[in-house]
Amino acid sequence: MRHILSILVENEPGVLSRVAGLFSGRGYNIETLNVAPTLTEGLSMMTITTEGDEAIIEQIVKQLRKLVTTLKVVDLTDVKSVEREMMLLRVDAEGGKRAEVLRIVDIFRCKVVDVSLDELVIEVTGTQDKLGALIHMLQRYGIKEIARTGAVAMRRGMQE
Amino acid sequence: MELTGAQILLESLRREDVDVVFGFPGGAVIDIYDQLPHYPLRHVLARHEQGAIHAADGYARASGRVGVCLVTSGPGATNAVTGIATAYMDSVPVVVITGQVPTPLIGNDAFQEVDIVGITRPCTKHNYLIKDVRDLARVIKEAFYLAATGRPGPVLIDLPKDVQQARCEYKYPKTIKMRSYNPTYAPNPKQVAKVAEVVRKAKKPIIYAGGGVIASTAAEDLVWLSRSQDIPVTATLMALGCFPADDPRWVGMLGMHGTYAANMAISHADLILAIGTRFDDRVTGKLSEFAKNAKIVHIDIDPTSIQKNVAVQIPVVADCKSFLAALRRHLEDAPAEAGPPPAERHAAWLEKVAEWKAEKPLTYAQDDKVIKPQYVVETISRLTRGEAVITTEVGQNQMWAAQFYQFLRPRSFISSGGLGTMGFGFPAAIGAQMACPDRLVIDVAGDGSIQMCIQELATAVCYDLPVKIVILNNGYLGMVRQWQELFYAKNYCATCLDVAPDFVKLAEAYGAAGFRVTDPAQVEAVLAEAFALPKTVIVDVVIDREENVAPMVPAGKSITEMILV
Repeated sequence: MRHILSILVENEPGVLSRVAGLFSGRGYNIETLNVAPTLTEGLSMMTITTEGDEAIIEQIVKQLRKLVTTLKVVDLTDVKSVEREMMLLRVDAEGGKRAEVLRIVDIFRCKVVDVSLDELVIEVTGTQDKLGALIHMLQRYGIKEIARTGAVAMRRGMQE
Repeated sequence: MELTGAQILLESLRREDVDVVFGFPGGAVIDIYDQLPHYPLRHVLARHEQGAIHAADGYARASGRVGVCLVTSGPGATNAVTGIATAYMDSVPVVVITGQVPTPLIGNDAFQEVDIVGITRPCTKHNYLIKDVRDLARVIKEAFYLAATGRPGPVLIDLPKDVQQARCEYKYPKTIKMRSYNPTYAPNPKQVAKVAEVVRKAKKPIIYAGGGVIASTAAEDLVWLSRSQDIPVTATLMALGCFPADDPRWVGMLGMHGTYAANMAISHADLILAIGTRFDDRVTGKLSEFAKNAKIVHIDIDPTSIQKNVAVQIPVVADCKSFLAALRRHLEDAPAEAGPPPAERHAAWLEKVAEWKAEKPLTYAQDDKVIKPQYVVETISRLTRGEAVITTEVGQNQMWAAQFYQFLRPRSFISSGGLGTMGFGFPAAIGAQMACPDRLVIDVAGDGSIQMCIQELATAVCYDLPVKIVILNNGYLGMVRQWQELFYAKNYCATCLDVAPDFVKLAEAYGAAGFRVTDPAQVEAVLAEAFALPKTVIVDVVIDREENVAPMVPAGKSITEMILV
């Protein structure tokens, strides 16, 4: 099963390689990874999505906590949470295709962030499912390039 | 007080009560060596960095204190990596200081530059590259704290040459608090209560002790638990000595080369108290067959050890000593209501365990022609009355030492358990002898392993260390040969060491003493003479070439499927 882990770490050199090395050294897989500073100076938040059964995820969470540079690890799969990922797509939009592509942009509540004679760059935010659906819809028009941020996630205010 | 980085390092080592540093100089640490004579530290100059790091490790295992190793950048640092990984696998507190090229050169492929922080990230508990001399004092304090607390382990500090030369105001922190590192020492009282309850109800309990018992100085508490509750004890290689081998409740080591009684008992128990151990594959054998009938209680200070290999019913994250003290309070305050006392409740079980012990004890047959290695170890055990510090190399020598020496107290058996590092035993013996100048320190070696760090003979002789090396010489890489014999149709590829040095002459060449024994009748007399000599000695014992270690559980089999001869 897919899990989203939120990892609060000391923002210091090598911390990413400690986390990445833990995954590769123990044979776990990182599906997506996102790192950025938090409001607290000196701390960064990593969001990692990974696959594994309960035992493997438990081991990953414990191993992450064991790193001296880790302050907190939360498996957001265990709590109510929101998840978003941003993606940029360069789509072929020549001639007759353009109107159709723009309709899809509308339906998916995407934004066109760059336009040229024969292509559009589209920005979209959503869950992995939504991003997947958009890719599926646009494939027939020709997707030339994709850049994705990987998931970021946060627990909801109201927990049961 | 303004000091240079080199002075800050040495002054901080002094404040951490470090009395000995094992090292090897080089261009990137000359500034430290330049200041070394001004500080009250003994420096032991190894002849290879691997020797230095194993010696620091042996010192730590023998004393319970943090071992310190100082090496230069590049090859100095990489030569230490095997020893760092050895200490990491066996949870030994070591602080390693490596020199590094000056900070402006880092990343330039400078002479003797290597990214040792990157290389050792997976085999240290933590590591640091210092770029600002003002961080140095705090980092040293943190390094010693990290190495010695929680689950102990090696910590590496990479110190560039310009940082050693830079100056700053020196203030050594008195206390330490790290927001991201807070090991759990005290057990959850609810979990302790649950353990007490299952201990009171068990009919066939066994204690399975690991290295954590020794690391947390909990051996006495463990002895109390076993004796007061009448519970038999087995232990891992790392825990030999945590329970006296002359106690009737001792069933011996378990696992691949464990005793028949230990493997049978753990497989038939209804309650396993796993204390400070990590269910290594050499212990459990085939996981799906391991201890199928038992409820398992697992105490470990490292949460990642729990539920890693084996599903346990009562996990307790705690330091072994704190846990055993808490359990003792429970058992003493509220003795079992109405039920029979432990001796009665476990009577049938204890009888069964005694039967297994009697049925298939560790054994060998010594004739008057060829020396059996087991006889050599038993003789060492008898001559030293279990009071020596025994280090081992890796392979058959290690297993015979573990099986046939009667360990009576903790920190008497020093061996590379997790990583299985050949060449460990002799330098570790040097470190142990530095830690325990009054004890007899003996490296039980093989003719293969001893050649991996043989250069340390110069170190032992140079510092007048009366370490004894007993080589169980069978002219083979014996353990690999044993596997080839049993599982690879006797294809003895690359395991025959028919070209070997004359170890007696070799000892003499280094200024040590050398003896050779080929006659079983001479073993005891020669060993006694060697042990009485106040100098470094090699005893080359020519043993039965194809003697095997038994019992043996083939890799991947259940530990009840033992090859007994």
